[in-house]
Amino acid sequence: MDADDETFAPITDEVGANGGDEQRSRRPIISGDHLDIEAYASLYSGRTKIMRLLFIADHSSDEKVGNPSMNLEALRMAYDEIKKGENTQLMREVAQKINGRLGPSYELDSAWCDAVDHRAEQKKEKLDNELNAYRTNLIKESIRMGYNDFGDFYYAHGQLGDAFKSYVRTRDYCTTSKHIVHMCMSVILVSIEMGQFTHVTSYVNKAEQAPDALDSITIAKLRCAAGLANLEAKKYKLAARKFLETNPELGSHYSEVIAPQDVATYGGLCALATFDRTELKSKVIDNLNFRNFLELVPEVRELINDFYSSHYASCLEYLGNLKANLLLDIHLHDHVETLYDQIRHKALIQYTLPFVSVDLSMMANAFKTTVAELQKELEALITDNQIQARIDSHNKILYARHADQRNATFQRVLETGREFDRDVRSMLLRSNLVKHDYNVRQFRKL
Amino acid sequence: MDPMEALVAQIQGLSSTPGDIARLHIILKQADDSLRAESTRLSPVLGQLAPSEHSLGFLYVLDAFTSGQISKQQAETSVPIITGFINACNAEQIRLAPEKFVLVCKRLKDQVMMLEAPIRGVGPLLTAARKLQLSTEHLTPLHSDFLMLCVLAKCYKTGLSILEDDIFEVDQPRDLFLYCYYGGMICIGLKRFQKALDLLHNVVTAPMSTLNAIAVEAYKKYILVSLIHHGQLSTSLPKYASSVAQRSLKNFCQPYIELANSYGTEKIAELEAYVQTNTEKFENDNNLGLVKQVVLSMYKRNIQRLTQTYLTLSLQDIANTVQLNSPKEAEMHVLQMIQDGEIYATINQRDGMVRFLEDPEQYKTCEMIENIDSSIQRIMALSRKLSAMDEQISCDQLYLSKVGRERQRYDFDDFDVPTKFNI
Repeated sequence: MDADDETFAPITDEVGANGGDEQRSRRPIISGDHLDIEAYASLYSGRTKIMRLLFIADHSSDEKVGNPSMNLEALRMAYDEIKKGENTQLMREVAQKINGRLGPSYELDSAWCDAVDHRAEQKKEKLDNELNAYRTNLIKESIRMGYNDFGDFYYAHGQLGDAFKSYVRTRDYCTTSKHIVHMCMSVILVSIEMGQFTHVTSYVNKAEQAPDALDSITIAKLRCAAGLANLEAKKYKLAARKFLETNPELGSHYSEVIAPQDVATYGGLCALATFDRTELKSKVIDNLNFRNFLELVPEVRELINDFYSSHYASCLEYLGNLKANLLLDIHLHDHVETLYDQIRHKALIQYTLPFVSVDLSMMANAFKTTVAELQKELEALITDNQIQARIDSHNKILYARHADQRNATFQRVLETGREFDRDVRSMLLRSNLVKHDYNVRQFRKL
Repeated sequence: MDPMEALVAQIQGLSSTPGDIARLHIILKQADDSLRAESTRLSPVLGQLAPSEHSLGFLYVLDAFTSGQISKQQAETSVPIITGFINACNAEQIRLAPEKFVLVCKRLKDQVMMLEAPIRGVGPLLTAARKLQLSTEHLTPLHSDFLMLCVLAKCYKTGLSILEDDIFEVDQPRDLFLYCYYGGMICIGLKRFQKALDLLHNVVTAPMSTLNAIAVEAYKKYILVSLIHHGQLSTSLPKYASSVAQRSLKNFCQPYIELANSYGTEKIAELEAYVQTNTEKFENDNNLGLVKQVVLSMYKRNIQRLTQTYLTLSLQDIANTVQLNSPKEAEMHVLQMIQDGEIYATINQRDGMVRFLEDPEQYKTCEMIENIDSSIQRIMALSRKLSAMDEQISCDQLYLSKVGRERQRYDFDDFDVPTKFNI
């Protein structure tokens, strides 16, 4: 039934109701109008859970969808999560943000903070002493474990820079490739939290050079990390490739960084924005591994299928629905606009590709905009040379236009001839001047 | 008077064969000072000599006659004499004393300027330049003076005829600068912007050890013409321009560079505002007319861009996109461009629509084939010339001595000097 609706809808009729109502009942977590924060947060663990909740809290206040309840909900959950850990800095931040709105049990618990700090001091001293002991004994393995413990300690307390340094120091004491991989994974985790994705890339490369110690889960983790780094660096095509290569055994093993739903969403969107049709088909739609991920986010799957089968209206509608929630995602936030623009442009270009002439009003219907808006968008694309066509603004028709190779060649030939002529003449003139000048100087010397 | 008479007789007698003329030349050189002393009494002498046969003698006498201060009435009488001489003189005899000839012509130029009738000097100087040239590729000092008079007299077509020759040999770099500068101005006047650009480019990139005012003025005009013709300005001079030019030219032409930047933003309002604020500066350099053309060219470029995206467009839309005030203005602009051949379009006045057409040139006509053929011939000839020059330089004594000196530092064993230079 759904398939039938979709074939009729985009070309002639209103596509507003295109599959929308039936979809909502099986709507999973990341989609629809409001984010189910609890379910979202349950996908993650550790520090990233807290950071994501804080991000949602910050940004749900300035969203148009934003409701203060989501804001408070996120802060409450963040508070609970932080209490389970040992990060007093974050605790203070959250308490300040809550600002007493959640009642007395959610205020700054200074007693808890002091207790945690005190415990931290003691632990630090202990670790320090142990490490010094190991260092004097020069037992490599122990020293490595000591630095590792330090790293873990700093990470738990939110001192990311020190954690990074400690983990990096273990490198000198790694003896097997398993150690190296362990170190790389720790460093990657800290770098992602710090937002320094150049380190992520270099350490992923490092880890991948020790193939014997890598099991498939670790490989999947490394791919995800690499994908994230590329996403941040705006290299969407590479990011898409990395995410698509992730094998489904990842499951929830990397919940300190990323959830499988995210892999599907990021990979799907980046692929849609940068791949051409053949790549899209072979690497995404026919990709059995990635299908497992896409099952978790059916909206993205539907969106990609719609795009491939040219049902642009429903595709863009899905995108619109997802947008609000994607803007709350900590990694994708800055890239949503760019990716969406790219996808829209690709849709426009793909629409006009097979035709000699296109009626602009029908096209405007398919994309759910007005003819004037559409004309502006097309004009930009034509000027950018992405569409080879011209607009008949009187009759509102787009005509494909193919460059006349023969004429273009003639023009280029004549132009090249003229330039050569000009350049050689002025060169001969200049060399004459130089010779004259040189002669004068020589004669003066003589 | 006696020495004069003797001299006249000698001139008349020794002007027939080349050997005689050589002797006459020596005599004349020796008599030069005495001629100058008698300058006021030389008019009857001139009457006795015939310019076409006794050119050399006439030249020396004329030189002495016109040296010194000349008032306006005297100029009235001497201009026709000089003009007559130039038209009638014998080219080979003249070439024996080129500096004197050049001096005489320069005085002619000064006199017509004094009389405020530069057009009187245009014809004679053209003939003079042609006679003095050893070949059409040779630049004489007279070329620049001739072009200057053309610019002042607004006889652009005459000037163009001499610009059509390619120049390859130059005696004095200063002549070249002036020649190219005035030539550029003439081409701008005739709206042949590509040729103007070439000439001004030559000035700007010519080898020079210190910056001169001609190059600065030429660069200002170069910027403006480049904007009109190409719609953009390359920000750095090519590598072969002298280092002096590359470093310092920009500092003297700051307002123009900013104009180019403003043009690059493609916002007409900004461009016009900038021109308004700096009108005085442009006017001082006598470039205001060109600047106005630059603003006009921006409208043209915007309309041309529209031809790439639209097949038909209403005049109202054109006016809106290009930021003109009314469809009427848009229609005028489009009409002008169609007439100038800058775009291909038809205007439908009833609907107020413009239909853009493709370039009808199919490159299939006889004229096009001839055009291509002549271009090929020209370039082959140029290519041959280039190889000939290359060979000539490799055999040049000065070049070899300089290269030889450098080479010897590296190879001590090579005694056979000539083979080292076969690359």
